[in-house]
Order: sequence, then C-alpha cells, then structure tokens
Amino acid sequence: MAEAAAKPRPAVGFLKIPESGEPYLEGHKCKVCGAMYLGERSACAKCGARGQIEAVKLSNKGKLYVFSIVYRSFPGIQTPYISAIVDLDGGGTVKGNLIGVEPDPKNISFGMPVEVVYKDALGRKDREGNSYLSYFFQPAS
Amino acid sequence: MSEDVYVLGIDMIKFGRFPEKSLAEIGAEAALLALDDAGLKIQDIEAMWCGNLMQANNMVGQQVLQQIGQTGIPVVNCANACATGATAFRDAWLAVKAGAYDVVLAVGVEQMGKGLLGGTGAGRGIPKEGLLGSMTMPAVFAEAGMEHARKYGTTFEQFAKVSVKNHHHSTLNPKAMYQIETPLEQVMGAEMISYPNTKLMCSVNVDGSAAAVLVSEKKARQLGMKRAVKIRASVLTSDPWSERDLVMPDVNTCTRLAAKKAYEMAGVGADDINLIELHDCFATAEILHYENLGLCKDGEAGKLIDEGQTAIGGRIPVNLSGGLLSKGHPLGATGIANIYEVSTHLRGEAGKRQVPNAKLGLTHVIGLGSACAIHILEKAA
Repeated sequence: MAEAAAKPRPAVGFLKIPESGEPYLEGHKCKVCGAMYLGERSACAKCGARGQIEAVKLSNKGKLYVFSIVYRSFPGIQTPYISAIVDLDGGGTVKGNLIGVEPDPKNISFGMPVEVVYKDALGRKDREGNSYLSYFFQPAS
Repeated sequence: MSEDVYVLGIDMIKFGRFPEKSLAEIGAEAALLALDDAGLKIQDIEAMWCGNLMQANNMVGQQVLQQIGQTGIPVVNCANACATGATAFRDAWLAVKAGAYDVVLAVGVEQMGKGLLGGTGAGRGIPKEGLLGSMTMPAVFAEAGMEHARKYGTTFEQFAKVSVKNHHHSTLNPKAMYQIETPLEQVMGAEMISYPNTKLMCSVNVDGSAAAVLVSEKKARQLGMKRAVKIRASVLTSDPWSERDLVMPDVNTCTRLAAKKAYEMAGVGADDINLIELHDCFATAEILHYENLGLCKDGEAGKLIDEGQTAIGGRIPVNLSGGLLSKGHPLGATGIANIYEVSTHLRGEAGKRQVPNAKLGLTHVIGLGSACAIHILEKAA
C-alpha cells in the first residue's frame, strides 16, 4: 500500500493548492465568447472555438443562486445538508455545500452573499489514506 | 419524407414490481399486447427498436424476440436516459417516414431497483455526494424548482399540489402502479427527501413495459384507420449550452426548443392540444414544463395548478395517467407509456378519465444529460 501524502490533495481538479499562497478555484474561460468552465477543455461548448480557453482565478465571493436541503442521500452520506448553487462574482457558477447556517428554508435567501472557504473534506479519505481539501460556501459577513 | 406515419397498435402492462420475471419477459408482454392491439403477428414486423437503459449492453431487443419470435429482422437497441422509450419510438417513426419499412415495432422496457437515482460522484479520489452539494435526482430537480421559486415566488404548496393532482388521476387508471388519493397535507407532510420534494413528490421506481406498432399511411389504409393515431410531430433535442448547465442540468431550454419545433412540425399551437402527458419525474418539474410547453405565460404555472386548469376536467389536463409520480417511472418504458395514454384518449377508450372529444395530444419526456422528446398525436378517423 502506498504511503499517504503529507499534504492534502484537492477534492476536485479545479481546486488549486499552490506551493505557497492560499488555495483557490480555477475557471477556464473562452477568450472568444466569455463562457466559463470548470476544468480544462480544448473547445468551447457555447461557441465552438478551439484552442481559445484560458485559465482564470475565480473569486472567493459570490451570491447564492438556488439551493435544496437534502435529507435523504446515498447510504453512508450524512444528512441533512444544503446543496447550493453559487454565482461567483466576476463569472463562474459552482455547486457545493452551504455551511454555517441551519438547514431550514427560512434561514436561506436567494441572492444572499456567500464566501468560498477551504477546509478538510469532511474527514473523507481515499483508499491510500490521503486527506483531501475541499471548498464550502458560508454566509458572508 | 412524405406520407404520414400512424400508430396502429399500442399498449402497456400494468406497472409494478416483478423481480421474479426477466427483463425480456416483461418486454415481451407489452410487445405481444401491442401486436394484438394492431391485429398483427410478429411475422408482419419488418424492424424493431428497443429502448432500455439499465441493461443497455445486453441486446434486450433481441432477447424480447427470443421470447416472441426470432424472424431475423433488424433490431436496434437504444439508450437515452429517461427519453429512452421515446427515442426508440421516434427512430421507428423515422424509418417508416423515410420509406424504409411499412410495419415496425417499438418496445420500451425497464426493471428498476428501489432507491435514489443519480450520480454518486465517486470516480477517482473521494465521494463527492454531500461534500459538493448533491447530484441525487430529487436534489437536482429540487434545485430546478427552486429556480422557478426564485423567479416567480412559486411555493412548496404549489409544487405539492402537482402530486395531489397526479395521484388523484391515477385512481382512474387501472394500469398505474398506485390508485391512492394523497391529500395536500399528506403530500406536504411526507418524508422530506430534498426540499421542496417530499417522498410523494418523487416518481415511483417500478418495472414496466410499453410497446407500439407503427405503420405507413399505405398500410394504415389497408389495415383500417378506425383506431389509428396519426403522428403529427416527432422531435428530439439535446441540451443547448446554457449559463449554469455545468452544475445545474437545464431541463427548460431543451424542452422549449423541442416544443417550438414540434408545434411548427404539426402546424398547431399549445391552445389546440386537448391533453398532455409530460415528464413529472418530480413534482417540481411539472410546474416548469407548463411554461416550457407554452400552456401559460412564464410565471403563471403556479396559477395554473392553483386553479385546477391542468386537472381532469380542466382547460388542459396534464398527466391523466397519474404521471410518473403515481403511474410509475420505468425509465425505458416511460416514453412509450405516455404515448399509449394519449393514444387511448384519442381513441376514446380511456374510460373514467377520458377527455371528451380528444383530437390532439402531446407527450414529453426528458432524459437528464440531456435529451428531450416531444410527440404530437392526432385522432386519425
């Protein structure tokens, strides 16, 4: 069995952990039409342009677009939690858990400002025992 | 592309749970019912399309023929998420429309387990479900409904009313999985799965099959137009790019595109349609599709359900079969089963749930990922 790495790995490919500096979310933007993607790609799904996609750093601030409160999930997944879709300031829409607020519709409002925070991935580890860093949304103060 | 294509025979089995049967046996039942309905034998069929999702690599169409008659005809197996059955039907239609065949068979069949559908997000690394939101189907469609709530103030109660209505309709449909009334308090008070979808606002996982015999105009004239149903439009779309569709599957844009094309192809408008079977995989979804199919203006879907306009006896009855919410949703069979429901009304054979003098009906399904299929059907004689 391989040794677990000393440093946490990113939970998804578009979460970047630089050697020095803070983690961030990375988008890929079409230079022709401005469409934003999560993850690298060779062509734009909106306009079809090839070889025109550039990496951009996404904002850690955004606004809640919509949400659902999940009470029943797959076996072994702890509930309830808030599944949230957030429009980041400056472009890019990202899905994740909204934390720091009780999971009740009356506590959550469309358009509420949120910030992206980076924490351990709820203690989840892969088969080699590696830890992961994930991103979450929390109400912005 | 010239002559019209007709449904000559169509039927479905009563949806339920049949773990003791094989998938092929379940599919064969509907195929034989459809042949009987058309008054034809398997030897009359020139080609077959079979829709099944969960066992798409198992040559299900050939397995069905191994149950009812191996005549050597071409068989195409197709999978297109929840639009699978409608895709099989449409490709059968295309082949007759193109003049390649006069008599073909489309079968949709599925054997489902219980439990939640959706992506687990396992893949490499660690599971993403519950870490990066939810990709379970109830949550995905809850979020789609919440987008409507955000834009127009649609309420939990309005979404729940869809389920009350469709469960009520199913009490009049002996082929539905359930025939049980579910009052509003019961729907809203049921176990919350993903807010605002409670358990009674999620479609039922069932086993089922449905099948149709499609024929050319020449053949329909020869065999008899009396119970034939004319296919006025058959449209399939995929999901056009939309702003948030990477993280939020968009069931609206592909439906609007398909509806526009279908109304154009049939030369009719939404106001001309007498009944609709649409993809109520979750109660939230039905509300969206009222607007997507042009039954009302954007923002008025809540009013439509409040006023009972889509209930039996209303202006435009929707999901008289009980819909996926109560008739059940065997993925590969659903698209043909809803064509069966509309055809049954056009033939005047829908019993207690019959829409009086039904002339035109529309069916709609969405396969997430995405595929949208719409058919417009007309009473032939």
